Amino acid sequence: IPPSHLFAGLSDVSISGDIAVEGEINVPVGTPSQDKKYSTLDEPVKDTILRDLKAVGKKFVHVMYPKKSSALLRDWDLWGPLLLCVTLALMLQGGSVDSKEDRGPQFAEVFVIIWFGSVIITLNSKLLGGTISFFQSLCVLGYCIMPLTVAMVVCRLVLLGGSWGFSFIVRLIVVTASFSWSTFASTAFLADCQPPNRKALVVYPVFLFYFVIGWMILTFSPSA
Amino acid sequence: LAQTSGLINNLRSEDTTLSYQGTGSAVIDMENTDDTSGSSFEDMGEMHQRMKEEEEVAEEAEATEEETGEDGEFLGMKGIKGQLGRQVADEVWQAGKRQASKAFNLYANIDILRPYFDVEPMQVRNRLIESMIPIRRIHFPQKIAGELYGPMMLVFTLVAILLHGMKTSGTVIREGTLMGTAIGTCFGYWLGVSSFIYFLAYLCNAQITMLQTLSLLGYGLFGHCVVLFVTYNVHFHSLFYILWLVVGGLSTLRMVAALISRTVGPTPRLVLCGTLGALHMLFLLYLHFAYHKIVEGILDTLEGPNMPPIQRVARDLPVVATAAMNAVNATVKTLGVILQSQ
Repeated sequence: IPPSHLFAGLSDVSISGDIAVEGEINVPVGTPSQDKKYSTLDEPVKDTILRDLKAVGKKFVHVMYPKKSSALLRDWDLWGPLLLCVTLALMLQGGSVDSKEDRGPQFAEVFVIIWFGSVIITLNSKLLGGTISFFQSLCVLGYCIMPLTVAMVVCRLVLLGGSWGFSFIVRLIVVTASFSWSTFASTAFLADCQPPNRKALVVYPVFLFYFVIGWMILTFSPSA
Repeated sequence: LAQTSGLINNLRSEDTTLSYQGTGSAVIDMENTDDTSGSSFEDMGEMHQRMKEEEEVAEEAEATEEETGEDGEFLGMKGIKGQLGRQVADEVWQAGKRQASKAFNLYANIDILRPYFDVEPMQVRNRLIESMIPIRRIHFPQKIAGELYGPMMLVFTLVAILLHGMKTSGTVIREGTLMGTAIGTCFGYWLGVSSFIYFLAYLCNAQITMLQTLSLLGYGLFGHCVVLFVTYNVHFHSLFYILWLVVGGLSTLRMVAALISRTVGPTPRLVLCGTLGALHMLFLLYLHFAYHKIVEGILDTLEGPNMPPIQRVARDLPVVATAAMNAVNATVKTLGVILQSQ
């Protein structure tokens, strides 16, 4: 057979009609590294909440005993500050004599003071050359409100027993102690991120901030 | 045809990956100079930017594949959906890019203010003390520090002192909140009067910049802070007037001397310094009388009819605090009576 005839039939291969082709097409979803990581989307809600609560609780402990640890700074979260802020604002609400004319610090006022105060202190510390990040600073300042919240609870309890003579002195002592604790705790975290000769410049606004909050707590008197 | 189009695709994707690598390394180099930790919003913004760039690259690759035509025919309906998907992705990328650049602009604006906060605690302390000492050398422009840390802290301190004064005096604010009023008053004075003085200085050809007026006026508030801190706790009107003249006068003289040294001609000097002096002293007067507790006994014995303009509603103060304040006022009242009799 001549060689040209061997391949002659192959030059026009045409298939008439449709031929069904079966098979599977697999598109790989994501990269292999993502498959190795544990996906937190599938775990039960209880696990997620418990894990977050444990993180928040651990940070509270760090605030109560302010050692120079970086756990607060490394994994910052804003759950704790939100919780504290809302608690404080709820307890400070309604501290007025006549509900018609005068209004004590309202919820929104306390909220705004805490968050805008924190933002301004953060901006100030960044402008002074600090190496801390924006949200880390917010996290630290928010968590260090905890002693003041505890003081608020104590003040309310003291006031529940009626405004007897000593109550003002007791409240003054409690609020002063907790306000200095807050300032000390937050400077233990914040002042490390500053050049050493400028610590006083960063501490002063923090002092003022907690002083204003402490003052709001001290002058709170529940409606009669 | 399929083979050649496949080759072109390969070349194009190589081009895009090369260009991506080129821009990627540039972004990484610039960001390494900043010393921030992992979860800062700057890093998130950068990650965002990189994700958007990756998306753009993927989009371009998709777009070049779809342009070969045969795939479009084969896909049928999917061809149209691909077009829609591409537009939506484009939209999302534009929105994300706008957000990221807005965030970056905010960060950059903070950097603009950075040199004005470059101070040491010793410098701040020295400037606070110097703000009460007028300098008489007016033939040579006096040096005015262009700094914003001290003035800002003084304004916030004034806000805190005002709050204290308003609380202890039982001031009732009907339209608004205590905090809002205090912040509005202090910041309004600082920014508003600084701008007004800068405008007047511009009209009177004085050599002073906006930063310097802000700084000058801010440090002038130190006197106000001292006077208000003392007189909100010790309610003795003559004491307030003495402090108003002495302390307020000293800080006003300091500011006025600084302005005179930078202005030429008697009329511009008079206009500028008269305005500043009047506003500064009147502000202290206003702060004292508007947010301050009246003790009726002292007013009756020592002062005339100096009634403040705002109505007051009594508020329940803690008993001990009132007792303490009454004791202090009683001692001061007896002192005043003794002084008057002499």
